[in-house]
Amino acid sequence: MAAARPVQIRLRGVVKSFGEKRVLAGLDLDVHEGESLVVIGGSGTGKSVLLKHMIGLLAPDAGTVEVDGVQLSELDYRAITTFRRRFGMAFQEGALFDSMTVWENVAFPLRRAGWPRDRIAARVAECLELVHLDGAERKLPAQLSGGMRRRVGFARAIALEPRILLFDEPTTGLDPVIKAVIDGVIIDLRRSLGSTTVTISHDMKSTFRIADRVGMLHEGKIIAIGTPDEIRSCPDGRVQQFIEGRAEGPLSD
Amino acid sequence: MRLMRSWVRARVEPFFLEVGRFFVLLWRVVAWTPRPPYDFRQLTNQMVRIGVDSIPVVLLTALFTGGVMALQTFATLKRFNAEGYVGSLVAISMVRELAPVLSALILAGRCGSAMGAELGTMRVTEQIDALEVLATDPVHYLMVPRVWASTLMLPALVVLSNGVGIAGGYAVSVGLFGANPVTYMANTFQFMDWDDVTSGLIKSAVFGLLIAVVGCQKGFFTTGGAEGVGRSTTRAVVLASITILVSDFFLTKLLY
Ligand SMILES: Nc1ncnc2c1ncn2[C@@H]1O[C@H](COP(=O)(O)OP(=O)(O)OP(=O)(O)O)[C@@H](O)[C@H]1O
Ligand SMILES: [Mg+2]
Repeated sequence: MAAARPVQIRLRGVVKSFGEKRVLAGLDLDVHEGESLVVIGGSGTGKSVLLKHMIGLLAPDAGTVEVDGVQLSELDYRAITTFRRRFGMAFQEGALFDSMTVWENVAFPLRRAGWPRDRIAARVAECLELVHLDGAERKLPAQLSGGMRRRVGFARAIALEPRILLFDEPTTGLDPVIKAVIDGVIIDLRRSLGSTTVTISHDMKSTFRIADRVGMLHEGKIIAIGTPDEIRSCPDGRVQQFIEGRAEGPLSD
Repeated sequence: MRLMRSWVRARVEPFFLEVGRFFVLLWRVVAWTPRPPYDFRQLTNQMVRIGVDSIPVVLLTALFTGGVMALQTFATLKRFNAEGYVGSLVAISMVRELAPVLSALILAGRCGSAMGAELGTMRVTEQIDALEVLATDPVHYLMVPRVWASTLMLPALVVLSNGVGIAGGYAVSVGLFGANPVTYMANTFQFMDWDDVTSGLIKSAVFGLLIAVVGCQKGFFTTGGAEGVGRSTTRAVVLASITILVSDFFLTKLLY
């Protein structure tokens, strides 16, 4: 079903090294329009690095990244600024503007897009309510807990209802109830807007809840990708060890 | 030979890299300036922080510099019976050289460092990445208001410094050495013309630009957490001060 949809993000042979350390080693990946892809993988395997390549924050040493048929490396600094309007991204650590209040953080993309005041106010209130943070509008990021910051970052990413959403561990460190709420928001965004979402997750329960497809990143490549059922029954020992969370197995060697 | 090649690697290449970045950033500031959205709140914020908040320290410096100039020159010129020229000397030195350079050095310490630290922190906490992701060019949003505020406010500060510095010289000459107030004032403006004032103001505009671009550049290219931010802050001040002093030489040569 998902395979029939056109490809929105296409990565081919992406290589990225930091100094001597090779993080991505010729990675190929297609993300289809309107699908929800979840990327899993061990800590430090390069999931965040992969996500930053999709939006052009990092440029590959070799290989290509194509979004909606446009090769990101061919855009100059002005073109890519405009191009990014179709994206929303929530960072792993929130990356909130620490000189602005929660309200101003969520309003930032709306203001930059030139929305009128009353619509901004309504939309900010709506987004904060979605992540259960109504009442925290006037707080500064330094006054928030880690989980709250992450949720503000999430609200800021979805405020403009972009067509492509990248979430870097949106639910890590949240309590189970809020986790389910955020998962619900991600599912709704895809249903009501048809947005494409790429989510990084360590949590198998929410992975299988939100994913149309799951891909596993290991040693710089996607070693397995498929529907949740395909992944559950994947014969690869590394995938099985990861989704079952066992200490012994091929990943531990 | 090998020694020389490694020296080139370690010293010369980074130098040209930095210079290249400087001009790329400067060009982007110019290119982004006329483009919407315009953020006047950011600009006025920066103008207050760079200009208004620097007034006390800049004026204090000017007052004492003018005073010291009078102290030094009065004793010297007296040996030639030329103490009548103290006023001119203080005024022209202040306006052409001392007010622009000293104010610029103070601004480098106060604001260049702040820019390095602020943008550096934003870099290491991914706030600059977040700006890019929110379809906002960081040069447009962060640098354009800082560079313009600094370029406009330093000349304004220098205008005030000029006045206060001359007043400092007057206070010492008249109050301490008992010079005639009327002849001192007349002498102050006797040899000074508008070229002296404008050359000082042009210089200070260039210094203001240098401080902001260098400070922001150091901030943008920060790596390595809190320690990296500290390094960027120090380098922003050192590099801005050096470029001020070096460019002062060439500007003086050019503007005379
Ligand atoms: N800007 C950078 N400079 C140098 N090395 C980096 C940089 N960004 C990431 N790395 C390295 O790349 C590797 C992958 O990092 P990444 O943040 O993508 O891991 P991750 O899969 O997201 O891990 P986690 O699940 O813990 O978030 C790490 O070894 C890290 O040290
Ligand atoms: Mg990560």
